Amino acid sequence: MSAPFYVSPEQWYQDKAEYARKGIARGKPIVALEYDTGIVIMAENRSATLRKIAEIYDRIAFGGVGKLDEYENLRKAGVRYADMRGYSFSREDVAGKSLANEYSTVLGSVFTREMKSLEVEILVVEIHDRGTVSCAYAGRRMSTRTLTLTINGERHEVQAETHTSLLDVIRGGWSAGMPLRDAARLGRRALAGSGNGAAIDDLDERNLEIAILDRMRRGRTFKRIGAEESRSLLSG
Amino acid sequence: MFKGQTYAGDSFYEFLSKDHPDLLPKWAGTNWTEISFMHGTTVLAIVCKDGVLMAGDRLATEGHAVGTRDLEKVFRIDEACMMAIAGAAGPAVEMVRMFQLELEHFEKLDGQPLTFEGKANRLSFLLRQNLPAAMQGLVVMPIFAGYDHDKGRGRIYKFDITGGRFREADYYATGSGGKDARGSLKKVLRHEDLSRAEVIEAAVEALLDAADEDRATGGIDVVRGIFPTTKIATRSGVEDVADDELRRVYEGIIARRRGRE
Repeated sequence: MSAPFYVSPEQWYQDKAEYARKGIARGKPIVALEYDTGIVIMAENRSATLRKIAEIYDRIAFGGVGKLDEYENLRKAGVRYADMRGYSFSREDVAGKSLANEYSTVLGSVFTREMKSLEVEILVVEIHDRGTVSCAYAGRRMSTRTLTLTINGERHEVQAETHTSLLDVIRGGWSAGMPLRDAARLGRRALAGSGNGAAIDDLDERNLEIAILDRMRRGRTFKRIGAEESRSLLSG
Repeated sequence: MFKGQTYAGDSFYEFLSKDHPDLLPKWAGTNWTEISFMHGTTVLAIVCKDGVLMAGDRLATEGHAVGTRDLEKVFRIDEACMMAIAGAAGPAVEMVRMFQLELEHFEKLDGQPLTFEGKANRLSFLLRQNLPAAMQGLVVMPIFAGYDHDKGRGRIYKFDITGGRFREADYYATGSGGKDARGSLKKVLRHEDLSRAEVIEAAVEALLDAADEDRATGGIDVVRGIFPTTKIATRSGVEDVADDELRRVYEGIIARRRGRE
């Protein structure tokens, strides 16, 4: 009787992480930047129908990179979770933090239990009255008071190398209280400098997906910025 | 994906029925006709030049007693639509909440809002779910109205308790004073392209007439400052008509009626 192959847990996890990383590396980055009254979320997207950025609840938005079917399922699960919580408690009780925890549980348990890990990184952003942002990516949750988050971010070395230039652009150009217009232009410059992104002249309203969560809006604060509005936002 | 989620469709109601049935109300099984609960109402909708107006009185009765003096019976459902309710207050308000969520949930999951027709159909569906409770006395009679961006005008749907859905071209009113309001509107509305001022005046006048004939419909309470909930849906969204404006319209009608007598 031949003995089964032995694979150490470390090796197995490393292989799975490597597999996921390769899948995600093909995706283009998403950028979320805080501006004076909210957060703008931007991604290069050449599809007119498929979306990377979406509304979850009144003050929560979602961004996903990697395999479309996988982050779509995560997005839909998040919408169902948030709507169910809002229905059984109140709209104010739906918090990005608990949603991010839920995502982190799902991503973590898929990673450990399933043969194949999810090839996605997701971003959960939430606005509060005083501008706090929560974010989640790839199974780990982090909260931060500031600013600039990139998906494909610092978690993986490969990604960090790919996107150092993106982070540098944002770190160099971002300041607290900047207006939407400036934030959107900075986001565009950052995406263009991300290494595997398109050139800045090529990144126009046709292939940029832009959405905002804005404190000035009542109730559902999420809004997609349409082609026309994007053009005037980015032009000049 | 998340713990306890097995449903994969776009309907919030069906999601709850499958995965969280404990969250849904269970009204059926009791004979409510012998229990006193809040009902009695007049709500109406009128198509006007820029869209559609919806208004409703504020009184809720429990048998012969006043339940609430300032109940809201007209609700903004989304950017373009409104819903008015008559019937048992508890299940009716619950239906409004469920309907709002149903539309929002679909829009978020599917990436685009339902058409006007599709929204009316979802309300039919919710009414059908309420049929067992309706048979036992908890009747909910909604009106659904709003600005249809595809057709470029205001539209009204009325319903029966089985979920039957019927389109009304010009105006409709329901509730215990609905018939009186319809009688009033029939005489007042003389043309289709009503201006904003004309349609508000017609609505207030019809609600006053209904309150005059129907004891379960509340009038305008100037002492407490309670005015009918009045909303107008146009191309640019759903807007509330302010109490001050309603007060002026009311005073105008009263002055005219005094002069006549």
